[in-house]
Amino acid sequence: MQFKGTVHRYGRDIDTDVIIPARYLNTSDPAELARHCLEDLDTEFVSNVQAGDIIVADENFGCGSSREHAPIAIKAAGVDVVIAKSFARIFYRNAINTGLAIMECPEAVDAISNGDVVSVDADAGIITDETTGESFTAQPFPPFLMEIINAGGLVPRWQKKLGK
Amino acid sequence: MTRPMTMAEKILAAHAGLDEVVPGQLIECDLDLVLANDVTAPIAIKTVREITDAVFDADRVILVPDHYVPNKDIKSAEQAKIVRDFVREQGISHYYEVGCMGVEHALLPEQGVVGAGDLIIGADSHTCTYGALGAFSTGAGSTDAGVGMATGKAWFKVPETIKFVIDGELAPGVTGKDVILHIIGMIGVDGALYKAMEFTGSAIATMPMDERLSISNMAIEAGGKAGLIPVDDVTRAYMDGRAERPYTAYYSDEGAEFAQVIAIDAADIVPTVAFPHLPSNTRPVAEARDVRIDQAVIGSCTNGRLDDMRQAAAVLKGRTVHPDVRCIVIPATQQVYQQCIAEGLMDIFINAHCAVSTPTCGPCLGGYMGILAAGERAIATTNRNFVGRMGDPTSEVYLSSPAVAAASAVLGHIGLPEDLEPVASAAE
Repeated sequence: MQFKGTVHRYGRDIDTDVIIPARYLNTSDPAELARHCLEDLDTEFVSNVQAGDIIVADENFGCGSSREHAPIAIKAAGVDVVIAKSFARIFYRNAINTGLAIMECPEAVDAISNGDVVSVDADAGIITDETTGESFTAQPFPPFLMEIINAGGLVPRWQKKLGK
Repeated sequence: MTRPMTMAEKILAAHAGLDEVVPGQLIECDLDLVLANDVTAPIAIKTVREITDAVFDADRVILVPDHYVPNKDIKSAEQAKIVRDFVREQGISHYYEVGCMGVEHALLPEQGVVGAGDLIIGADSHTCTYGALGAFSTGAGSTDAGVGMATGKAWFKVPETIKFVIDGELAPGVTGKDVILHIIGMIGVDGALYKAMEFTGSAIATMPMDERLSISNMAIEAGGKAGLIPVDDVTRAYMDGRAERPYTAYYSDEGAEFAQVIAIDAADIVPTVAFPHLPSNTRPVAEARDVRIDQAVIGSCTNGRLDDMRQAAAVLKGRTVHPDVRCIVIPATQQVYQQCIAEGLMDIFINAHCAVSTPTCGPCLGGYMGILAAGERAIATTNRNFVGRMGDPTSEVYLSSPAVAAASAVLGHIGLPEDLEPVASAAE
């Protein structure tokens, strides 16, 4: 999978309460969740984000609650991939299970600035900052997780397995 | 002879049908229980329907509407109805309607649904609470929960374990909540990321179950995958007579490899408060007295159990909440609520001008029942103090034990029970 987009750069410990505040959890409609994505952290994110954009953040992205509404909101807002130094473990699972692309690459995170245009070759794990010309290689996923990612998420994997 | 394993590794190996597992290994396990609440279940139910027509075992899928019930608004009512309709259709036995409902992580241990040796996933991050009973229990998303409900299986990456050895005696007034806040302050909100935490030592061995549950509950606040406490006499006394199923005690082997062993002297732990906006931003309560508060919340899956209510009531007895403070008390289950009445705690709360609510997660996650306005501050016995957690993004949440929250409610600022004026005797 290839992605290219403008970077929204955030710090560490971006929690699921700021990704999608609980006051909106009385719905699971992706479009409605997307309208409030990250609003308590960056009031301009929703108006600025374009389809295909990329979120880049420091350590422990997605910490806090297990709400799958968080990756759903990010994806529905138009973001194709999140690059971070590390992910909170439930967010990591949720992203893989729901087909939101994520990459762990501390070197790239340190080098990329807000507003840079970045391209990503998710299969090869190559992240290129088109603004600066620098390239980085992300941690590869183990084969078991690649199987889920390539199937398009956990549900398609099980549908395939059960012949449904 | 297999390699020495940790308690976490043994439970995972047993549920993967393997003699041994090693950290980093990706395995598929059979689940004992899968749970979800009214926020996460609707997405999980959609997932179930995409895979199959029936859940893997109608007795092992647990659905607890607790976040926005009694229904907060029309949208919440629709979410709760999706869960209720699914329960009826599938014949799910462990469903707790309003009136029987409690905050899930207080309710399920109390009802004997979860037990030692179980492998549990829940679409709620505080599912790690049941580690206090010796279960490997961890939070997951709705898709994991939905697949778990449909198939009885989940994938796991075997975690390394950090072992905490807390020896010595806790000072009076220092509770399990202070222990876990102390630990999170020490290692940070990602200090146990991708890892299991195991809590041992003489201070844990002498701690009652309600406080142990508070410790395991907040393992996730250090990034932990599970917060395990080995089974002992306290565990057995708690589970015997209430466990629905036979349980198995697993212990870390002599020679098991830990990622880290952290020794803590119980005497070094003081009443602790976590400042905004991270649970790791901890300070001694004694250094937080200049923080004025608008609200106190006593309840939640972290501190809504009977011992928590007793500790809060002991402080509030004969006193009244500061006129500038709203104090909201939420016993976490119907049984706790009823016991509060039987023991006279409810009179103490109401005489102290507390608002007492039926069980709900409500204010903890900024759902309802105590939302903060711009710039307002709350002290809460809950588990998270992220930006906007309890209301407006400019509001603030400070996390503490029930006794400290109760004392602060009376003082009007953060403080300790010993800061309060003595209560006048009944004769005066």
